Amino acid sequence: MPGAQPVPDSTKGRYDLPAKTAANDTPVIEMRGITKRFLDNVANDQIDFTLHAGEICALLGENGAGKTTLMNVLFGYYSFDEGSISVRGEQVALASPKDAIANGIGMIHQHFTLVPTQTVLENIVIATRDEKRFFLNLKGARKKLLDIQKQFGLYVDPDTRVWTLSIGQQQKVEILKALYRNSSVLIMDEPTAVLAPQETVELFKTLRVLAEEGRSVIFISHKLHEVMEISDRVVVLRNGKVVNQKRTADTDVKELANMMVGREVLERIERQVVEPGEPVLEVNDLNVLNDKGLEAVKNFTLTVRRGEILGIAGVSGNGQTEMCEVLFGVRGAETGTVSVGGQPLRLGHPLSSVRSGLARIPEDRIHMGLLMDMTVEDNLQLENHWTGRFARNGLRKFDEIAANSQTLITDYSIKTDGKDAPAKSLSGGNLQKIILARELSSEPEVVLASQPTRGLDVGATEYIHQRMVEEKVRGAGVVLVSDDLDEVMGLSDRIIVMYEGEIMGEVAGSGADREQIGLWMTGVKS
Amino acid sequence: MIRIQLVKRTPLTGWYRVLVPLLAVVTTLVLSAIPILIAGGNLWQSYYYLFYGALGTRFNLLETFVKASPLIFTGLAVAFAFRAKFWNIGAEGQLLAGAIVATWIGMAGGSAPAIVLLPSIMIGGFLAGGAWAAVPALLKTKLNVDDVVSTLLLNFVILHIMGALLFGPMQKTGASWPISEEIVEAARYPILLARSRFHLGIPLAFAAVLVIWFINSKTVFGFRSRAVGVNIHAARYGGINTTSVILKTALISGGLAGLAGVGEVAAIQYHLLSDLSPGYGYTGIVIAMLGNLHPVGVGLAAIFFSIINVGSQTMSRMTGVPSYISGVIEGMALIVMLIFLLMNEYKVRVVRK
Repeated sequence: MPGAQPVPDSTKGRYDLPAKTAANDTPVIEMRGITKRFLDNVANDQIDFTLHAGEICALLGENGAGKTTLMNVLFGYYSFDEGSISVRGEQVALASPKDAIANGIGMIHQHFTLVPTQTVLENIVIATRDEKRFFLNLKGARKKLLDIQKQFGLYVDPDTRVWTLSIGQQQKVEILKALYRNSSVLIMDEPTAVLAPQETVELFKTLRVLAEEGRSVIFISHKLHEVMEISDRVVVLRNGKVVNQKRTADTDVKELANMMVGREVLERIERQVVEPGEPVLEVNDLNVLNDKGLEAVKNFTLTVRRGEILGIAGVSGNGQTEMCEVLFGVRGAETGTVSVGGQPLRLGHPLSSVRSGLARIPEDRIHMGLLMDMTVEDNLQLENHWTGRFARNGLRKFDEIAANSQTLITDYSIKTDGKDAPAKSLSGGNLQKIILARELSSEPEVVLASQPTRGLDVGATEYIHQRMVEEKVRGAGVVLVSDDLDEVMGLSDRIIVMYEGEIMGEVAGSGADREQIGLWMTGVKS
Repeated sequence: MIRIQLVKRTPLTGWYRVLVPLLAVVTTLVLSAIPILIAGGNLWQSYYYLFYGALGTRFNLLETFVKASPLIFTGLAVAFAFRAKFWNIGAEGQLLAGAIVATWIGMAGGSAPAIVLLPSIMIGGFLAGGAWAAVPALLKTKLNVDDVVSTLLLNFVILHIMGALLFGPMQKTGASWPISEEIVEAARYPILLARSRFHLGIPLAFAAVLVIWFINSKTVFGFRSRAVGVNIHAARYGGINTTSVILKTALISGGLAGLAGVGEVAAIQYHLLSDLSPGYGYTGIVIAMLGNLHPVGVGLAAIFFSIINVGSQTMSRMTGVPSYISGVIEGMALIVMLIFLLMNEYKVRVVRK
């Protein structure tokens, strides 16, 4: 983009964008009719998106709404199927992130791309080095970096090794890296997800300075109060489409929540009312840490009765995964107890969960629930291969096993070439049916389904919904964890909402107030 | 511009899995013509003596089995561990551990009868090899230490321990080089066929093939070790005690390698010496890969390697092609096998741009 790049003026030590003139008062970014398909799945459907200089634009939407896909298209990670992208009025082809960077677009991912053992300065220089030169120009780079730090008020010691920095500081280094490349547009993918509250405050200060200096920011988020606080304009995506866009000043959290979660219900699920029986799952005061050692679930208490479906709604990443992992037995808890059918679980011991009468339908079925390189039969056997029914004295009873596999394949209509077909030859829906067959055939007391229909087609989704209802009618207590609000509202007798590891509130399933749930999901207490 | 791409495809199953190693062996033999010709050998003559030397006479045929025996044990050791993704590169060291303990029991045997001594050296060697493999398995499961590195490096540790023993407590009185006393007569593997070195360790190796096949395909433990190898997260999630599976796998794997060492001491050398093994443990890795980690495949691959080894001696005498050619052929066999296995999962596509 000749002439469109920010012009470094080293005499003043400032890295300004070209002066605004009538000729270049066009949007910095203009995406027109962007459509991006993954096989049959339309991730972005005819999206128009514009961004002006000095603007902070929030991109709001649920998981899977298409925010990140759209930004990956803009940053050159993904090619798109239809549409066009213009940068400062000129149409461009962004075949790779390199092209995007050359056009002044910078992206800051949730997971930073820094070399921990190198210094801040080295990290910035290697990311931007002139590939034709063998030696790095560290001296010149240092001066430029210090100038940029002064201009934007972003101070990080250039000689500190990155691994010693806090997450917030590392994020600053990423921003500095983008500014060092003269980026005029910064895409930030859920930048606050990894930050502590004070760090968020600092980040917002930085973003405001960037905007004052004429840079534009695209802020991807699903936290409403943050969007309200920092953005000038909000674009709401849902199911790959732009639902609406508004100046932030002209809207409020309620309206945004509504736009984000939508109102249409795609599938009608027959609601069957069963009189709930005695409590069958009791979770008491659970406190759980995530992989980073941060609090993921806080003081979580829950009772589920026979004959009811409890829906747990929430944007994913708010502790649902960790809570489920504790019940599945693959994660320990700091404090708290769980009992299934009156029997306490030994937390952190998968076998205890397997034997407890808890049917486990995990969120990450490919990596946690299934042995993709083994057969359908092996997968059906994963949890009970050692039981008296299928083994004696350490030897497997193959006749019994084969008969059981045949029955389950028929009963759960698993489409496969046979019990000896490799699991990886099955479709996603049929893989999920393997798990259902394995878990439900033993008539469990509690069914815990985490994101059971994620990534599945309509038919498989409907089958799984139906099975959940059948389990409830049979008298199991069913827990449905999903970030698909339609699913939760369509199936649940009671709904709780999780936000940052806590229960924000509870409502009855029938006639639940969608707006209320939407507010809870985004952290607005009312 | 023409570019060559590898594209993933549905792997072939069933008969093709048997066919792949066979094709690999044939391809290897065809490709071996190149180094043989470079070495100045007459092609047909060389191949003739290669196979005649290994299979042509009764003695040579039995000698091929003698050489195959330790390779079957180390090949099984590696294959059994790799199936559970315990990357045991340390069969060489576990072999030596087995040999040291077998020698020690055999030297101290006194006047105990064979019925006591033979099981003792076998069990002792098995446990020693297993224990030596359990060290890296414990490091892996408890401290997350990389098993490739730890199993490999422990080979050198045991090598030096053996050196110290052979220059110290185990050294033959009066000897100035690293060699132990001979083990007593009753601790030696009996020769089963007259006028040969066909010893007890050979049927034992074939029995081990059957036992491992049985464990792998018929037992609960075999299912668990495979599940751990395929997806350790899912195995754990399914209630399998993955630590226990990896430890037991290491014990059996190291034990098998230890038995290879027992055989070399009790049937071939009758004493411990520093160059007891010409790298049987490392060759075992190649054999495990060539055998596609299947016990029967391992048995066949070990015999194939043994044929090349034994036959190349005759070939060398008769045609002047150096016997080192066997190393070249074995290396080639591994590369060809790996390519064939890759081709089972990918196909080559030529793209014109």
